Amino acid sequence: MELFVNPALLLLATARDVLPVLGLLVFFQLVVLRRPLPRPGRILFGFVLVLVGMTCFLGGLDLALFPIGRTMALQLAQGAQAGGEVAWTAYGWIYLFAFLVGFSTTIAEPSLIAVAHKAHEASRKAVAPWGLRVAVAVGVAVGITLGTFRIVTGTPLYLYIMAGYAVVIVQTVFAPRMMIPLAYDSGGVTTSTVTVPLVAALGLGLASNVPGRSPVMDGFGLIAFASVFPIISVLGYAQLAQWIAERRSRRRSPSSARP
Amino acid sequence: MLKSFGGALGRALLGALRDLAPIILVIALFQVLILRQPFPNLLSVLGGLGLVIVGLAFFVVGLDIGLFPLGEALAEEFAAKGSLFLLLLFAFALGAGTTVAEPALIAVTREGAEAVAEAGLIENLPASIERYAFGVRLTVALSVGAAIVLGVFRILRGWPLPVLIIGGYVLVMIMTLFAPQEIVGLAYDSGGVTTSTVTVPLVTALGVGLARTIRGRDPLTDGFGLIALASLTPMVFVMLFGLIVH
Repeated sequence: MELFVNPALLLLATARDVLPVLGLLVFFQLVVLRRPLPRPGRILFGFVLVLVGMTCFLGGLDLALFPIGRTMALQLAQGAQAGGEVAWTAYGWIYLFAFLVGFSTTIAEPSLIAVAHKAHEASRKAVAPWGLRVAVAVGVAVGITLGTFRIVTGTPLYLYIMAGYAVVIVQTVFAPRMMIPLAYDSGGVTTSTVTVPLVAALGLGLASNVPGRSPVMDGFGLIAFASVFPIISVLGYAQLAQWIAERRSRRRSPSSARP
Repeated sequence: MLKSFGGALGRALLGALRDLAPIILVIALFQVLILRQPFPNLLSVLGGLGLVIVGLAFFVVGLDIGLFPLGEALAEEFAAKGSLFLLLLFAFALGAGTTVAEPALIAVTREGAEAVAEAGLIENLPASIERYAFGVRLTVALSVGAAIVLGVFRILRGWPLPVLIIGGYVLVMIMTLFAPQEIVGLAYDSGGVTTSTVTVPLVTALGVGLARTIRGRDPLTDGFGLIALASLTPMVFVMLFGLIVH
């Protein structure tokens, strides 16, 4: 609520964060490369929009998305307890919520849309944007579901992440080589402006509500899950696509010898 | 110009609404079907959502007409000039600069610092929480800068990405054993947080553009991978930050 009282302070704080980027770009353009700014008025206007946009965005997050994530996790966890069971299976609704939140936020992720577009273009249309996005979204959904399972059971984070890395390493050996960098990248791309705040709030809310969990030890780590599992799902998607393509070409020319 | 700006803003607003619609749907569905409780502070939640949508739209349009053209012009001129030192310097500045301004990173480091303060690792005062959050944010920004430099260098040299990434994973595993437990989760998360809406399109364009201009490099095989490196190094550096501070 204090945001409404003091929006100027928030604007000032945002300016401090955006200024370095603009300063760096302008510095390199004017001082290092010694070129004039193309259309300085337009660029200044864009900068003001970024500033105002970030202020609204951060203020809105504090008002809406963070409390929603926390309230949801709290209500879902309380509901599970009210059912009388304390076993981890009682948290079914939480897992469903985590899966749907992971999937829906990733499908909507602007930076993933940008990367899928770029991959489509760079691969000379071999990589389908929609297929990539769905593969990544499934990976994030599975990852976040596993992450909430971890918070509920209280098992250590690094075990899951290391197991995930081990799978990635094994897949790297067998997956088609040209898809590996894109798959690695999709791990970092998934967690963006919308996903991160909601998922972080879900994790912290769940950890402060499930008995025996501390927000510090258990609340974080969901985003890490969302970064590892898309790599696995995209590599898997690439392997599946390759396998189908091979089967098809084998069927088409049954007389040719297998490599 | 005003007309085209209005069109761009309208499209951005629609885009932001579309981006957020599935999430609103999921939350509304859960609220109505499962929880069957009214929203607490429905009015401020709706107002906040409106602010988020408007903010995101302004942000995207602002990047499109302000920062992106400036960044693209710079990248082209670097390629034309052909100075390795200047390119690497620019790569570092781009990585660190865009990360410092990242809204998601600001949000997560603040939540993380609050959680660390509640655990009693640092003083539970607004000033010290702010300082700690800024320290983590700065650490992440520097590590992303270093990652982009390494990634650009990799594209120039044509090094295989898996060796770098898997080597990094092994380093993360070793660091996990020594870092304070309270910071491991935050460190892992900051790896994923760094690369969001501002950074990803800028950095991807840089990588693919470079791979396309350099002979013998493939845009798909060599152009991607910058984001992966930028997600990896913050984990190492934030755990290092935790080792030093605590």
